[in-house]
Amino acid sequence: MEKVLFAHVDNPQQHRIETYLAAGGYQALPKILREYKPDDVIDLIKKSGLRGRGGAGFPAGMKWSFVPKTSPKPKYLCCNADESEPGTCKDRVLMESDPHLVVEGIIIAAYAIQAHQAFIYIRGEFVFPAARMEQAVEEAYARGYLGKNILGSGYDLDLVVHTGGGAYICGEETALLSSLEGDRGLSRIRPPFPAIEGLYGCPTVVNNVETLANVPLIVNRGVDWFRSHGTEKSPGTKIFSLSGNIKRPGNYEVDLGTPLSYIINELGGGVPDGRTLKAIIPGGSSTPLLLPHQIDTPLDFESVAQAGSMLGSGAIIVIDDGACMVWTAMKLINFYQHESCGKCTPCREGTAWLKQLINRIEDGNGRPGDIDLILDICGNIMGRTICPLGDAAVMPTESIIKLFRNEFEYHIEHKTCLVKTSYPLA
Amino acid sequence: MILSGDTIRQIKARMDRYPTRRSAILPALTAAYRQVGHLNPAIYREIARVMDVPYIEIAEAASFYTMFPKHEVGRYLIQVCHNISCSLRGADNLIAYIESKLGIALGETTSDKLFTLISVECLGGCSAAPMMQINDTYYENLTRARVDEIIAQLRTEAGQDGG
Ligand SMILES: Cc1cc2nc3c(=O)[nH]c(=O)nc-3n(C[C@H](O)[C@H](O)[C@H](O)COP(=O)(O)O)c2cc1C
Ligand code: FES
Repeated sequence: MEKVLFAHVDNPQQHRIETYLAAGGYQALPKILREYKPDDVIDLIKKSGLRGRGGAGFPAGMKWSFVPKTSPKPKYLCCNADESEPGTCKDRVLMESDPHLVVEGIIIAAYAIQAHQAFIYIRGEFVFPAARMEQAVEEAYARGYLGKNILGSGYDLDLVVHTGGGAYICGEETALLSSLEGDRGLSRIRPPFPAIEGLYGCPTVVNNVETLANVPLIVNRGVDWFRSHGTEKSPGTKIFSLSGNIKRPGNYEVDLGTPLSYIINELGGGVPDGRTLKAIIPGGSSTPLLLPHQIDTPLDFESVAQAGSMLGSGAIIVIDDGACMVWTAMKLINFYQHESCGKCTPCREGTAWLKQLINRIEDGNGRPGDIDLILDICGNIMGRTICPLGDAAVMPTESIIKLFRNEFEYHIEHKTCLVKTSYPLA
Repeated sequence: MILSGDTIRQIKARMDRYPTRRSAILPALTAAYRQVGHLNPAIYREIARVMDVPYIEIAEAASFYTMFPKHEVGRYLIQVCHNISCSLRGADNLIAYIESKLGIALGETTSDKLFTLISVECLGGCSAAPMMQINDTYYENLTRARVDEIIAQLRTEAGQDGG
C-alpha cells in the first residue's frame, strides 16, 4: 500500500528543510499563493473530502468555510498536537520525522481562512517533537515561507509553537483555546463554535496534525489522486497506532477502509503466541470495544460506526485473553476521572463515582447492584456534559460492561477476577 | 530571586509573540519549571511580577497543569505510564520493579535525592510500551535489563557532576 504521509518516515534527515525541499517540499505553498484565492483552497479541500483525523472526522473544507469572511476580527488557526488520547502516538511521529509537511499544511490552511497568526499546541511532554517543530518553523521563517509577505505574495503569517502542561482535556478544541489564552484548560459550551468565536473571541479553526499534513499532498497531487485512496466517504490514508497485546506494535499508514484484520494480523503479526484475541479498542480509549468476530470491519468512519464503535483517532488497542475486563475498565476510568477538567458536574462527579464503583469491584468489595448503578451513572453523564470528555468516559465503560458483564458479576460474587491479569515485564 | 536572568528573558520574549500577555502564562510556567525543576507560590509571585499579571492568575493556571511538580523532586523525575496500552505490556510490573530497585514507593524520592518515582497517564508512546519519561527524555520498549542500564547510566552521570 502506498505510504503518503509516511513516505519519508524512514529518512533520518527528512526533518531538515534542505531534505524536505529536495523531496518536493514547499511546492504546494507557492502554487497556492500564485494560483489560488483563499476560497479556491477551501473548495479544493472540500472536493477532496478530507476529514478530520483528530477523532470526530469532520470535513476539513467545510470547517474552514464556516469562518466568516466579512468579520473584521483577526482569524486564527490552531494545529492540535496535544495527542493525549490513550493509544494514540502518530502525530508525534509526523512532527518528529516530517515537521515541514505539517508546517506547510498549516500555512496553506491559514491562508485559506485568511489567518495571520497560527499556533501549534503541542503537549508539554513532547519535548523532542516540539524541538523539531521549533526548528522547522525557524527554517521556514529563514526561507520566507513564514513571516511578512510570504514569497512576495503579500500574505503574512506568524506561527508560534506553544507547549502544554500535561492535560488530556487540552486536546479538546475549546479547552485548547482556554489553555492557549493562559487560563486553566476548561472546555466551553458550543455554540458559539470556534469557527465563529474561538481564540480571543475571534474566528478560529482547530485541526489535527495529521489532517493538516494531508493538505500539501492534496494540493500537489490533486483531488483524484487523494480520492484514489480510501473510500467514497472516507477518502485518503490514515495512520493507525497499533498497541497492546500485539507482536509488532507500531504506527502504520494504510488506506481508509482497510480491514482491521489486515492491520492486526498482517502488519501487527497477531496477538502473542499462546494467547487469543479477546477484544479490540479501534479508535482510541474513548471508543466502544469490538469483539474478535468483528475483526474484518473496514477501518473507515462509516464502517466502524456501523460495527458499533468509532474510528476516532485511529488508535487500535489489542486486548488478549490475559486481561481481566474489570481491570481494563478500571485503567480507563481512572484516566478519565483524573483528566476531567471539573467544570461541569455530570463529568466531574460522574467520573469520580464510576471510578469509585469500578475500583471497589476490582478490589473485591463490589456489592450487588453496583453494575446497574454504574450503567445508571453512565446514562446520566452521556450527552449531558459541556464537552465530549464525559461521553468519552462512558462509551468504553458501558461497552465493556455490556460485552463482559459476566466478569463483573463474577468479581462481585467471588471477590476476585474471573481472569487474573498477568502481563510480565520482559 | 529564584528565576534566573535567562528564564526572565525567555518569558519576556514569549510575551511578545502572543496577542495577549496572558497567553504566555503557560510558557512562563514551563520556563520556570525547566530552570527550577518544580513550581511553588514564590515562583508564581516572581512570574506575576515579570509578566505584570495578577498572582492569582498564575497560581490558578499552574494548579491545573499536572506536568509541573508543585514541590521539590529528585534530580531525575521518573514518570512511568500506567495507562491501558502500557498496562497490557507490563506497566504494573515495571512500576513494581523500579520501586524495589530504588527502594521507594510511588510518590517517593530516594534518600540521596537522585530519583523521584511517579506514575502518569498516557504519554503518547503507546506503540513502544511499556515506557517512561525521565525529565525530558522518553525511554520506550522497557525491559528489566533496559531499566537497569538506564538507572546505572543516570547514577554515573550524577556522580560525574559531583552528585
Ligand atoms: C477529551 C477530548 C480530547 C481530544 N484530544 C484531541 C487531541 O489530542 N488531538 C486532536 O487532534 N484532537 C483531539 N480532540 C478532538 C478535538 O476536539 C477536535 O475535534 C480536533 O482537534 C479537530 O481537528 P480535526 O477536525 O482535524 O480532527 C479531542 C476531543 C476531546 C473531546
Ligand atoms: S498508554 Fe502508555 S504511552 Fe500511551
